Amino acid sequence: MILVNRLFIILILVITSAFANAAHINMVRVKNTFPETMLRLQEVIKEHGYKLSRVQRVDIGLTQSGYQTDKYRVVFFGKHDELRWIIRNHPELIPYLPLKIAIYAENRDTILAIYNPNILFEPKDGKLQEIISRWEKDLESIFKAMREFETD
Amino acid sequence: MKNLGISFLKALPSIIAALGMSSLFLNQWAYASDIGAELYEQHCAACHGIRGQGGTGVPLALDDFQREVTDQFLFNTIKHGRPGRVMPSYAMLGEEQISAIVKHIRGFSNVKAPAFDDTPITGDTKNGKSLFMQHCAACHGEQGQGAAGTGVTFSRPRDYPILAPALNNPGFLTSATDQDIKRTLVGGRKGTPMRSFIEAGLKEKEINDIVSYIRSFENNPLKPVHVDEPLVIEYESDADLTTVIDNIKRAAQGKNFRLIRVQNLDYGFVDEKAESGKEVIIYFCNFKLLNQALKVDSRVGLFLPCRITAYEQDGKVKVIAINPRRLSHLFNNNELDRLCNEMYKTYVEILEEATF
Ligand code: HEC
Ligand code: HEC
Repeated sequence: MILVNRLFIILILVITSAFANAAHINMVRVKNTFPETMLRLQEVIKEHGYKLSRVQRVDIGLTQSGYQTDKYRVVFFGKHDELRWIIRNHPELIPYLPLKIAIYAENRDTILAIYNPNILFEPKDGKLQEIISRWEKDLESIFKAMREFETD
Repeated sequence: MKNLGISFLKALPSIIAALGMSSLFLNQWAYASDIGAELYEQHCAACHGIRGQGGTGVPLALDDFQREVTDQFLFNTIKHGRPGRVMPSYAMLGEEQISAIVKHIRGFSNVKAPAFDDTPITGDTKNGKSLFMQHCAACHGEQGQGAAGTGVTFSRPRDYPILAPALNNPGFLTSATDQDIKRTLVGGRKGTPMRSFIEAGLKEKEINDIVSYIRSFENNPLKPVHVDEPLVIEYESDADLTTVIDNIKRAAQGKNFRLIRVQNLDYGFVDEKAESGKEVIIYFCNFKLLNQALKVDSRVGLFLPCRITAYEQDGKVKVIAINPRRLSHLFNNNELDRLCNEMYKTYVEILEEATF
């Protein structure tokens, strides 16, 4: 059997300067505990019309190796029809899906982080552009809601 | 008396104008501090803390810090950021917005903003280098590259509670004048590991020598590390999907990764029975690598867990992964770039092995 083994380089040339890097990663500091913030985040994601597919712990074994927190998760979410459309038409985005938010405790606050999909996935066709712009808008709105989430 | 009266009358219009101006100014100030707070919360609080107490970034509220940095230094630091040291550049904000942020930062402390002259400092660079090696390199690195990791330690074990910034950083060197640097060495920053080197016994001349050595880092500025990187790494295989998945598992384990989970890409979006089964994710992890990565950037969760996806489309089986070098680019973190370079090679090896 001849084993074909080819490296495909998807030629998505992203012209980004090393210095224009503000807001490539968006972050929010939530003045609230980890469990409260986690609950609220899941609500807010759903309120924006997305389905939560899974929460992944990325901290298994962290406390054994000296960390004082094991409160580190990745929350995956998305919309099924968008997911199917992208798999069909833009399989090069598969490894970046579903969308995700990193959430971790820092003292009594909780930090959320996400990369800006609009910066990662350029250039794009009409429909993809539409989806990604919507993601960007929704993520901004989700983060805004989280910024406003404080205990009194 | 008479004269004074007349000159008062003469001056009246300008007094009225001045009063008008000052209320305008006050309004603007109130406006600016509102905007400043809003912008700070949006752009800076996640790293520097809502009241400037620090986090991924260094503290901004400490009295010594506020005593030692000019508004101009703050302005320039925000504008240029610290390329490769996590702190982003905010060049896309306008001058007014940056000034509003500076004003907001000043509100963290009652200390008045200092003003230093900008006379360059001359000193013996060679002597400065040997003093630097002796007194500074342990924290700031032999090339002034800064500590491994940044900002304040909360839950991540590190050598110091606050990590030393990079001094060879073009963003730092552009923002700080010689006098700025000197003030920090003379005064130290109480509440951080950075002490006063006058109190530590150095003479003013020796401080000048060190300043001129730090300034000499400018002669070999860091090159921008980033090149255009493809979004993903992808290989094609002749084998069927199940075989390829097994190959990926074996290859990852062979590279000391522990398998965490295998699932369909559409898991959680539809009923288990309705999952397509044509796009399968293999998650794996290496705790040592994870620890290393968390030490240099707490945001690495966005890379995690390690993952390769195998999918079948139009009769072809492909395996695909993110390109860690491409994603790392977004983090503005040289150390993370190095780790991601390693990660890139590992992904390529696993993918090659799985499709060979
Ligand atoms: C024990 C560790 C340690 C040593 C030794 C040390 N520093 Fe620092 N230095 C720090 C830390 C931590 C900070 C950040 C302080 C803060 O958060 O404000 C700092 C801050 C600075 C800054 C300000 C950087 C900026 O981004 O504004 C300068 C300049 C500096 N150090 C120079 C020196 C020089 C020169 C020496 C040797 C004479 C030295 N430091 C020795 C830990 C150290
Ligand atoms: C992603 C995290 C991050 C964000 C967001 C961020 N910073 Fe920073 N900032 C840092 C880090 C890290 C450093 C120290 C760099 C080093 O260690 O070399 C720093 C350094 C600084 C310094 C220099 C401190 C000193 O000791 O001289 C100032 C001033 C500053 N940041 C202000 C801001 C402001 C204002 C904003 C928002 C407009 C901001 N930063 C956003 C991470 C961040």
